[in-house]
Amino acid sequence: METILVILIDGVVYSSWLFIVATGLTLVYGVMKILNMAHGSLYAIGAYSAASMVGWYFSAGYVPWGSYLVFLGAAVGAGALAGLLIERGVLRIMYGRDEVIMILVTYGVLLILEDVIKLIWGVDAYFAYQPYSLVGRTKLLGITFANYDFLLIAAAVSIGLMLWAGLNRTRQGKLLRAVIHDREISMAMGINVKRTFLVTFILGSSLGALAGGLTAPALSVVPGIGVEVAILAFAVVVIGGLGSVGGAAVGALMVGICRALAVHTFPQAELFVIYGVMALVLMIRPQGLFVSTTARKI
Amino acid sequence: MHIADKTPRNLCIALCVLLAFGTIMPNWFAFLATVSMAKGMVVIGLIVLMRTGLVSFGQGLYYCLGGYTVGIAGKYLGITDAVGILFVSAFVAGCVGALLGLLLCRYREIFFAMLTMALSMILFGMLVKSDMLGSTDGFNVAHPTLLGWNPGPEGLSIMIYSLACLIAFLIVFFVHRYFQSGMGFAGESIRENEIRVEYLGISPRRVIFYKYVLAAILAAIGGSLTALVAGHVDPEMAYWTTSGEFVFVALLGGTGHVVAAFIGAFLYELIRTLAFDLTPYTWQMILGITLLMVILFLPKGLWSLLTAYKTGRG
Repeated sequence: METILVILIDGVVYSSWLFIVATGLTLVYGVMKILNMAHGSLYAIGAYSAASMVGWYFSAGYVPWGSYLVFLGAAVGAGALAGLLIERGVLRIMYGRDEVIMILVTYGVLLILEDVIKLIWGVDAYFAYQPYSLVGRTKLLGITFANYDFLLIAAAVSIGLMLWAGLNRTRQGKLLRAVIHDREISMAMGINVKRTFLVTFILGSSLGALAGGLTAPALSVVPGIGVEVAILAFAVVVIGGLGSVGGAAVGALMVGICRALAVHTFPQAELFVIYGVMALVLMIRPQGLFVSTTARKI
Repeated sequence: MHIADKTPRNLCIALCVLLAFGTIMPNWFAFLATVSMAKGMVVIGLIVLMRTGLVSFGQGLYYCLGGYTVGIAGKYLGITDAVGILFVSAFVAGCVGALLGLLLCRYREIFFAMLTMALSMILFGMLVKSDMLGSTDGFNVAHPTLLGWNPGPEGLSIMIYSLACLIAFLIVFFVHRYFQSGMGFAGESIRENEIRVEYLGISPRRVIFYKYVLAAILAAIGGSLTALVAGHVDPEMAYWTTSGEFVFVALLGGTGHVVAAFIGAFLYELIRTLAFDLTPYTWQMILGITLLMVILFLPKGLWSLLTAYKTGRG
């Protein structure tokens, strides 16, 4: 019973984190048809900005509760700035190329960003545990859980809801869906597709960075975290179906629960399980769970 | 008009030059050349697929498989003969490739890329957790011999280098022939329009299946040679960034000719080694910028420079 509870809560916490990372990736793919390999680096940028902000904030000795606003703000800001630079500096001149070539373009961006991160923050580990320990712990059926993890779940749920409402209940969301559906027709209808791309990429980057910022207090921020995250996010996004936010949520839950199951019952299979699930889903539904198959054109 | 194919002649010349050059080569350069030839073989496999319009982000799977087969064969089975070992790992990779190929030949574009990547990450995940095979550190590969001849530590690098030259020669020769064959041209037509190829009575899945198995075997041979020359294998060989590196090299060289893979691989290793020596903190950045520049200015790779020069002259 206790193990089941631990697996469930661990799984959901991990899923929430995965969802926040993956949702930015899937959004960018849905609108721009770019599978952003550099998404993990944006995550790392968010994590580093948040960690250094937390360090600065607590050594300056302000009210501890204000730190949440500051470090999350820093993460989102850094992500948005990086997104703006990448879109304007690199992607804009590459539009119209093959999808697979665009993956390579973002792979190049990934290589560049990895070194930019090292140049800015160095190679030492950053710790930002204060916001994590600030909210304390809860005892549930004799097992202690960190409250910060529950905050993470709340954050994931609210981000998901906001995205859903933004896409389905606002004018801008409707325009965005038009672009997702048919880029050329929306251009003909007078939608500024280039601006939509810019906004989407900035939004996606900020989401990636926000995920990094949110996890920074829960672990040590070291070089290379982004590269691992990117591949996890791919798995989630591909399971759910590229471009589907709802799919990302389901994919994140599947991967999260399966991983927690593996970690607590058979730890050797931890990594294996994640990609095993991905391969299995792709075998049964090549397009992912939530994308309908397209007709073949001659 | 019939244009004589000068490739076989040029290849023979190149082989002689490379072998002759090997005798005066310093060890570090022989190492660099061998590694780039080994990687070039993986990239040839990738080019075979790319000419069909498929990009595999998981060639690291077979690269790693080849390397680990060499390691395991030497450590547990006592096979240290370099040629024998290469056959074993090519066979193992062929079997695994045939099995996975049955699944993968149904996929195209980004899904093919993602699924191949997932499969190579599965191998990575398994190797990282297997303590018997050294977990994340990997393990050392036994000292190889060649047909009963034990070259000793000094002769080792030159032996592997010559072996790599010979294998590279054979691979280029046959893959070049393959590209001129019906199967080779079928690949290019699949890239252009798959459904029309079906109308012509060719099964694209079967064509892709054979190409995938071929690519797997080539990648395994490359991985085995790398393991032999480096004397060490680790799970990093199956990590997705390794596979990304191969795609990078394929793009750098271009898919126009088989030899482009070796030119790309050699240049890549050269850029990486130099960048790592000169600017240890920004070598990845230099590689990234190179990649973006190649995509932007040379979308068909370095080989297109040569063809442009030829057509300009002709």
